[in-house]
Amino acid sequence: MDNILEMRSITKTFPGVKALSEVSLAVARGEVHAICGENGAGKSTLMKVLSGVYPAGTYDGEIVFDGEVSRFSGIRDSEHAGIVIIHQELALVPYLSIAENIFLGNERRGRNGLIDWNKANAEAAALLDSVGLRENPTTPVGQLGVGKQQLVEIAKALSKDVKLLILDEPTAALNDTDSEHLLGLLRSLKERGITSIMISHKLNEITAIADSVTIIRDGQTVETLSLHAGEVTQDRIIRGMVGRDLESYYPERESHPGEEVLRVEDWSVKHPTQDRLVVDGASFSVRAGEVIGIAGLMGAGRTELAMSIFGRSYGRDVTGRIFMHGREVKARSVTEAIDNGIAYATEDRKKYGLNLIEDIRRNVSAAGLSKLARRGWVDGNEETKVAEDSRRSMNIKAPSVSSIVGKLSGGNQQKVVLSKWLFTDPDVLILDEPTRGIDVGAKYEIYTIINRLVAAGKAVVVISSELPELLGICDRIYTLSAGRITGELPVREATQENLMVLMTKDKELAA
Amino acid sequence: MTRTVPPSSEPEAQSATAQKDVAPAIAAGGEGSDFRSLFSRNLRTSGIYIAFVAIVALFAILTEGTSLSPGNITNIVLQYSYILVLAIGMVIVIIAGHIDLSVGSVVALTGAVSAVLVIRQGVPWWVGALAAIAVGLVVGAWHGFWVAYVGIPAFIVTLAGMLLFRGLTLQVLENISLSPFPSEYQKIASGFSNGLIGGNGYDAFTLLIGGVAVAGYAFSQFRTRQARTAYKQPVESFPLFVAKIVAVGLVVMAFAWQLANARGLPYVLVILAALILVYSVVTKRSVFGRQVYAIGGNLSAATLSGVKVKAVNFWIFVNMGFLSAVAGIIYSSRSNGAQPAAGEMFELDAIAAAFIGGAAVTGGVGTVVGAMVGGLIMAVMSNGMQLMGVDQSIQSVVKGLVLLLAVAFDVYNKRRAGSSR
Repeated sequence: MDNILEMRSITKTFPGVKALSEVSLAVARGEVHAICGENGAGKSTLMKVLSGVYPAGTYDGEIVFDGEVSRFSGIRDSEHAGIVIIHQELALVPYLSIAENIFLGNERRGRNGLIDWNKANAEAAALLDSVGLRENPTTPVGQLGVGKQQLVEIAKALSKDVKLLILDEPTAALNDTDSEHLLGLLRSLKERGITSIMISHKLNEITAIADSVTIIRDGQTVETLSLHAGEVTQDRIIRGMVGRDLESYYPERESHPGEEVLRVEDWSVKHPTQDRLVVDGASFSVRAGEVIGIAGLMGAGRTELAMSIFGRSYGRDVTGRIFMHGREVKARSVTEAIDNGIAYATEDRKKYGLNLIEDIRRNVSAAGLSKLARRGWVDGNEETKVAEDSRRSMNIKAPSVSSIVGKLSGGNQQKVVLSKWLFTDPDVLILDEPTRGIDVGAKYEIYTIINRLVAAGKAVVVISSELPELLGICDRIYTLSAGRITGELPVREATQENLMVLMTKDKELAA
Repeated sequence: MTRTVPPSSEPEAQSATAQKDVAPAIAAGGEGSDFRSLFSRNLRTSGIYIAFVAIVALFAILTEGTSLSPGNITNIVLQYSYILVLAIGMVIVIIAGHIDLSVGSVVALTGAVSAVLVIRQGVPWWVGALAAIAVGLVVGAWHGFWVAYVGIPAFIVTLAGMLLFRGLTLQVLENISLSPFPSEYQKIASGFSNGLIGGNGYDAFTLLIGGVAVAGYAFSQFRTRQARTAYKQPVESFPLFVAKIVAVGLVVMAFAWQLANARGLPYVLVILAALILVYSVVTKRSVFGRQVYAIGGNLSAATLSGVKVKAVNFWIFVNMGFLSAVAGIIYSSRSNGAQPAAGEMFELDAIAAAFIGGAAVTGGVGTVVGAMVGGLIMAVMSNGMQLMGVDQSIQSVVKGLVLLLAVAFDVYNKRRAGSSR
């Protein structure tokens, strides 16, 4: 079989840590090859070795690309050879136009040495056409949604005569429609002879599109499975990733809902700059010992609903009423919300949830400092003890509470976020995408923590884009569409299909 | 290395960090791997302190010991005290992710207000000083309002403030210099406590204060150690702990001895030491201090954790105004009058001190003690070069390069420390 890429016995050591140990990867020409593994398994390191981010000489082993032993000394080298990597965090300049972004660092010069914009825009238009993006090449990239930006990245890769396209979690931030489109595009690229490597956590996408999948665990290749026979199931892949059978994705829980804790009535929020309602008359409630889910498509107003309840952290002209334990409360600021027993863990923990340059201790105490302080002075020893307790009870994998949070894996960072909010001793926790970007094993741990919380009588609201997750952990699920609650289903009556119907209900029907 | 005595006697806990690197040199020998790991860890995290010791040593050699003479150490304290006071406020501003370009103008304005009242109106010296502080607080509140509540970047607000308050200084002084201050006012910056309890050719009181400071330091370290043990936190081995305290004690006492042999204990050093002590504790242990770090580290996360970001930013600038006024009083006292051009470029010295001392341009990182060491690096260099008669132009070149290299060294060290984890 003709392999476009063979990585042989790649070993990469950082001081004190062996990140990759004798990893081998063979990618056939013209296939879509998926790589999976838990976070921290070494997928990104492997791709950095391949693309020259870690230059030749800093690792052991051999890379054979397109029949030649390659020693890349940097990204430019590997791009020159035809390997282009598209990172999870898109590397586009928001204020530059699509065409400017596509040819950034690779500008189309005219005869006089200056950039020939007509040529550039024309070429960009052709490239956009080939990725199925109907936009004017002069549109600033910042005006496009994430899905379209992803397509611009791919167009940019195509402009470089790419032979091997590497996509790191390409659909993590995309909604279902955009994901569909992207996967379709990968198929059509395959027909054009472009090989792709896709790193992904979304196993359904892998089984849908990939020809083969290589599983990496703890810096070692576990196996490469061919997906053509159709015998490889998602469970089979998970078993390879975690090295054990997960009896179920979701831990069992007995449900004993108690008194109502939080009730929100007729909640409306306006967009901060535009004159439209982002949340429109939403009402819901959650009881002690109960997990409710809020399902909605991108832009339905899920995060906006949660953040506006949490001390009016989003929007303007907020109207509606919040009841805690049957009594109406005011939560006009984050402090008031916290004081009333509401906690909100954001969907983007790196941007909004954590101080990445500080240690675990100071992140855990960040929202509950007043509990550790007397007359404005913080008791540092008590703080360490609190953090140490959280580290143990949450099973945060770090050498000590003085470990810097930015260096932890996604799952452990999420546990720090949860520790922070639990320390404020809330009655209701609103968890926005609590398992986004974290690996299967850590997801299971997060679900276990949620179960422990409801068992202790807390009320939990989970916002998630993954319907199976909501179906797996919730007691009741509300659907949100265009800012309105369009339905409420007990979990035993809910299916992905009927939730999806409610989530796509438009305004008129809902009203 | 043992003969390099940093001209700093801040008798508070955090000065330990500054001296930590001296400690191993003194206690060298006995201790095994515990000691070595402490040293290598410090090499990574406190490159700036090592640089400081090296610079002190370098100038001690280049000036054949003059830079460490009693008279000169006293001089450094007097000459750079106001920059260090500004650096305390500046590092807090920088940790929160802001900058303050106006402090030089505020030093001039507060000094001018004080001078007009005391020299022209003949009010008592302390009324002048209080008026200066009031002006500083108002200026700080002005900056704080625009930065915190209107949301204009501090760079712009304080750039405007730099012009605005320089102009007001000229207005207040009616474009002329005022001089001299009555002797009480002059004493703030050039007074000494000397001969209070006698001594034979040296000031016994200075030594006593030095002794009290060392005892206080030892006691607070011991208490911290006890508390850490009680909470089952790791502590260094006991001999090492003692060696560290002895080393700090020796350095402080050597410094006090040199002061005692010169003119005694400068009042301004007492003011400075008190400010450093208070602000070190505020930044490290108070809720306010924590919130400053939280805002600088991740503004959004701090907001969503219930930090009242606007109020904290406001008070950071009010505090900067207060410290600018203190620096203004010290400076006007030292120069014995008020000049329209007073305090020019002070903001840059204070900012340089904070950055040399390890503060991060992106916010969230920095310490008061670090900024003091950063300020002292600049001070020892300027002073040493002056002693050697180096031309002003060369001095400027050297200082610029040192700022760049110090921060580059720090960045390099941090990167190495980061990658080894």
